[in-house]
Amino acid sequence: MSLLSLSYHYIRQNWLNTLLNTILLGLGIGMIVFLILVEVQIQENFRRNIKGIKMVVGAKGSPLQLILCNVYHLDNPTGNISLAEAQAIAANPRFVKKAIPLALGDNYAGFRIVGTNAAFLAHYHLRLARGKIFDRLMEVTIGAEVARATGLRLGDTFHSAHGLAEEAEAESHEAHHFKVVGILQKSGTVADQLLLTGIPAFWLVHQEGQAADTPPWAAAGKPLPDILKMPPENHQITALLITEYRNPLAAINLPRQINQHTSLQAALPALEVNRIFEQLGVGTRVIGLLAYILIGLAALSTFIALYNALRARHYDLAILRSLGATRGQLFGLMLLEGWLLACLGLALGLATGHLTVEWIGHWEGFADKLALTGWRWENTEYQLIILIFGVGFLAALLPAWQSYRLEVGKILGKANG
Amino acid sequence: MNLAYRIMLKIEKLSYQYQQTKVLQIDHWEVAPGQSWLVLGASGSGKTTLLHLIAGILKMQEGQLWWQNTDLARLSESARDRLRAKSIGLVFQKPHLLPSLSVLKNLRLAQTLARRKGKRQACLDLLEKLGLSEKMHALPHQLSQGQAQRAAIARALVHQPALLLADEPTASLDDANAEKVVHLLQDLSQAQGTSLVIATHDQRVKTHFLNVLKLD
Repeated sequence: MSLLSLSYHYIRQNWLNTLLNTILLGLGIGMIVFLILVEVQIQENFRRNIKGIKMVVGAKGSPLQLILCNVYHLDNPTGNISLAEAQAIAANPRFVKKAIPLALGDNYAGFRIVGTNAAFLAHYHLRLARGKIFDRLMEVTIGAEVARATGLRLGDTFHSAHGLAEEAEAESHEAHHFKVVGILQKSGTVADQLLLTGIPAFWLVHQEGQAADTPPWAAAGKPLPDILKMPPENHQITALLITEYRNPLAAINLPRQINQHTSLQAALPALEVNRIFEQLGVGTRVIGLLAYILIGLAALSTFIALYNALRARHYDLAILRSLGATRGQLFGLMLLEGWLLACLGLALGLATGHLTVEWIGHWEGFADKLALTGWRWENTEYQLIILIFGVGFLAALLPAWQSYRLEVGKILGKANG
Repeated sequence: MNLAYRIMLKIEKLSYQYQQTKVLQIDHWEVAPGQSWLVLGASGSGKTTLLHLIAGILKMQEGQLWWQNTDLARLSESARDRLRAKSIGLVFQKPHLLPSLSVLKNLRLAQTLARRKGKRQACLDLLEKLGLSEKMHALPHQLSQGQAQRAAIARALVHQPALLLADEPTASLDDANAEKVVHLLQDLSQAQGTSLVIATHDQRVKTHFLNVLKLD
């Protein structure tokens, strides 16, 4: 029968108070754990998808939109750019070593179809689960999540719909069918959500009714041309991802050159992502503040509960002293009760935070976009645990001090008098 | 001075006052091991103060109080706490069992504080002797008044103290129950070789004791 056991019995006896305190503290802790896990994982997801993309070149507009659209495949394009201008930048002998062209604008079942080349797959280290990488017109290699969600299999054909998301009234390109030739392994990147094809397929699909003759790159059975080296004609693409500079100076000079001297826009993903998190950070800080207020309220509630309990338990504590408990033991007993309440709140809060993140991670509509999991532990949570024990200690300190100073003789005398 | 074996408790010129009002004055008093004493006095005569001084709950002001070989005035508060935990049992007018603990756990707590861990069997034996075996897992509010009083006596004796101090144990009882409690305290303390000091204003108890200390 230890003092810990005595504390446990006491807080169990006062289960309603204990329950309310635990819920209050657990809610605050749960919110903070939730914020920690979600913030860290979203940041990781964002940084993982940058994957060394140094710069994105596209049509003028919002640089953030350019990044969100072409790196994260979340927003709409700022517009199209001419292939000729893109080729000029990709071939810049002083600054650009590697560039990947992108064309966007269509979807299948809500998943984006991205026109690109094999360099995109190499850049993201994408591996095939089945089939091959697209190398002919209208061939498509699909991401693992697309395969899972749509049920598309090798050899299946489909036609695309105009727009980047599934819409009831969207125009569909029924004249041209894509054929699935490869399925990628899950990579944990945005590529899991994409259908990858050659850019000429986009041109073909979108030139319906515009040209009577089949262009040479659209001849059946021919391998896809290298669009960064082919005659540009009037073709357009959506963006160019610069994945490797020729020298460090390019990081400073190239964006400035493009933004000042061309009709294009250059945006730096690292910079824009930081800007996103700065903006998200305001909201996160507000919610975090709210959570800390909840923890403060829980501390106050714990303090009031222990303080009231102390008043109600004067005689019990005096009896403990009469049985030989020292002042230090009574002090420790009250602190233990504060810590036990903190432990219960912590257990509830950690469980709530982790389970909520895990649940949202499986939630339809979030699971494929955010890849969140509650089954991970962040070092910040250790700091949270220390903070909560500190809160438990502070809440119990005054009641513990008062129990330390209890005048046993007077209390026992009064009770028997 | 060596008082070991002959005298367990010795008081010389002991006095105590609250806010300049003297509430207790004893010139000389000795309690031998195994002896039973009745401290008889009206309300305010200092009975409770005397018990609290013996138990080390109150700090000595004047005079001497020897506990076996030890002068209590020289002991620190924590040393007095240890002495009380190990060697003294206290019984009050009301049982005052800890309400969140079962009867058995109330006894186990007294053992823990006396650093007599692991003697569960001693608790069970004592509860059986007091007819409380069936109530060992009951919480205090589930006991009758008599059962609660017996449980409190068991708690005071479970760590086999050298001295049992009882403060007005019969004050709220009728004649029959008062007699029962006094017999119980005497029998149990005698069986354990524990000295017994009962402080009371209850004249009914007087007939059961050979040794009586009267306080004015």
